[in-house]
Amino acid sequence: MTITVDQKQPPRVSGGEEVNGHLEELRVDPIALMNRVRDECGDVGVFRLADRDVVLLTGAGANEFFFRAPEEVLDQAEAYPFMTPVFGEGVVFDAPPERRREMLHNQALRDKFMRGHAATIADEVEMMVAGWDDEGTIDLLDWFAELTIYTSSACLIGKRFRNELDKRFAELYHDLEQGTDAIAYVDPYAPIESFRRRDAARVGLVELVEGIMARRAGGPPSAEDERDLLDVLMSITNDDGSPRFLADEVTGMFISMMFAGHHTTSGTAAWTLIELLRHPDELTAVDDELDELYAGGAEVSYQALRAMPHLESAVKEALRLHPPLILLLRVAKEDLEVDGYTITAGQMVGASPSVSNRIPEDFPDADEFQPSRYLEPREEDRTNPWTWIPFGAGRHRCVGAAFAMMQLKAIFSVLLLDWEFELAQPSDTYRNDHSKMVVQLQQPCEVRYRRKAGSRSGSPDGGGRA
Amino acid sequence: MRVTVDLDLCQGHGVCESEAPTVFELAKREKVTILDGSPPDEARAEVEAAVRYCPTSALSIVEEE
Repeated sequence: MTITVDQKQPPRVSGGEEVNGHLEELRVDPIALMNRVRDECGDVGVFRLADRDVVLLTGAGANEFFFRAPEEVLDQAEAYPFMTPVFGEGVVFDAPPERRREMLHNQALRDKFMRGHAATIADEVEMMVAGWDDEGTIDLLDWFAELTIYTSSACLIGKRFRNELDKRFAELYHDLEQGTDAIAYVDPYAPIESFRRRDAARVGLVELVEGIMARRAGGPPSAEDERDLLDVLMSITNDDGSPRFLADEVTGMFISMMFAGHHTTSGTAAWTLIELLRHPDELTAVDDELDELYAGGAEVSYQALRAMPHLESAVKEALRLHPPLILLLRVAKEDLEVDGYTITAGQMVGASPSVSNRIPEDFPDADEFQPSRYLEPREEDRTNPWTWIPFGAGRHRCVGAAFAMMQLKAIFSVLLLDWEFELAQPSDTYRNDHSKMVVQLQQPCEVRYRRKAGSRSGSPDGGGRA
Repeated sequence: MRVTVDLDLCQGHGVCESEAPTVFELAKREKVTILDGSPPDEARAEVEAAVRYCPTSALSIVEEE
């Protein structure tokens, strides 16, 4: 008798009899689908996405396999067809693995640049709140999405470029992010409204960048430290002296550089605030922590790089419960075995932060917002490196994680020191819209703000702290 | 105390170099190089900070008998 354990196919989840398999369910309620995979199949289970199987891995062992696999084995390039029309052909995911690894090494994200970025971010928040009255209402999605366009462009491309941007750029960028319907797995150029808006938005962004480039036709600033990445790109020429990069390609590069850090940070800022407002005791702990840290008039650029255990824990817990990326995908380049099951070359392989972050064995009271789980002695993020995965894990861990955490600490330092907030709608009406692969808050998602008594009275220079 | 790195995990952020420059070095676009695999006890606080704040949890301390 031959036991063919090495040929055992992973179990399949129920449903998905339609022509595109589970695609419709993925577009409506992806988290329920992925939880059902784990409930019915365990750590390794299959659902169907258009003409492909997705082997969904959850739990520590299977996730470790996923996150340790090199690009040559589990490839990202083919896994996200909905991104190609957003970035443009030839940008980022079309590059070979070695080149991509190098590009990941964005010098701007290295530790030694963080203090300058913290000051930049604090300034951007101050400029946004300078337009506020003593009290009012903001939409969390619109507000944080606009703020993080300014912060990410200023830090990653440069302040000179950022200063040419206004709300129009943020609105077009939002249309791009909304153009990530999973229908792209059938046809990335399907004739649907969100894809039309996506393509129009990309054209609009190229026009804005073209305008900025035209205004720089006279050459870069003479002072080298005033130049930004766009000046550098514009200075590169072909052998015949013509510019190496045209607006279309430049725009594609900038879109892709900003993409990973934009909707992710924006959504996490919004969810951190929502959860803190839902849990007033936790908000008080964060307020007290900030009051103490800034009592001596310290600068945000300094404090944002230092430990803020309560605020960091609140952010981590918002990330665990509401991870910005709910499904990470790769394509298997060879036959693989995981937990005794065979993954066949060509199948897609997925890991789900939404599911793994709430495994009750690893995270007691998994559905509860409990920032104390990150404090000693529990430290549930450190003790569960393969299931606490809002930033992914291992060699694929988000290279911007430290930047993101610093950014969120800087944002909340400015906001919570001077302002108090309250939910402007019933607590359970704040939820994510899962109809696109890029998850965003569902609108309306409003909160009210009011200037705190004894705040720095909106002094435009930030009272010396920014 | 011995310091080890899982190079599968290192992405070259350079936090360790900032925390403990005598023990860790990062060349441009490279992964970490451990300059001193058995650092002296005086460096313990710095090395522990480097291990703790490594963004990818790539570093660990192995206590020697």
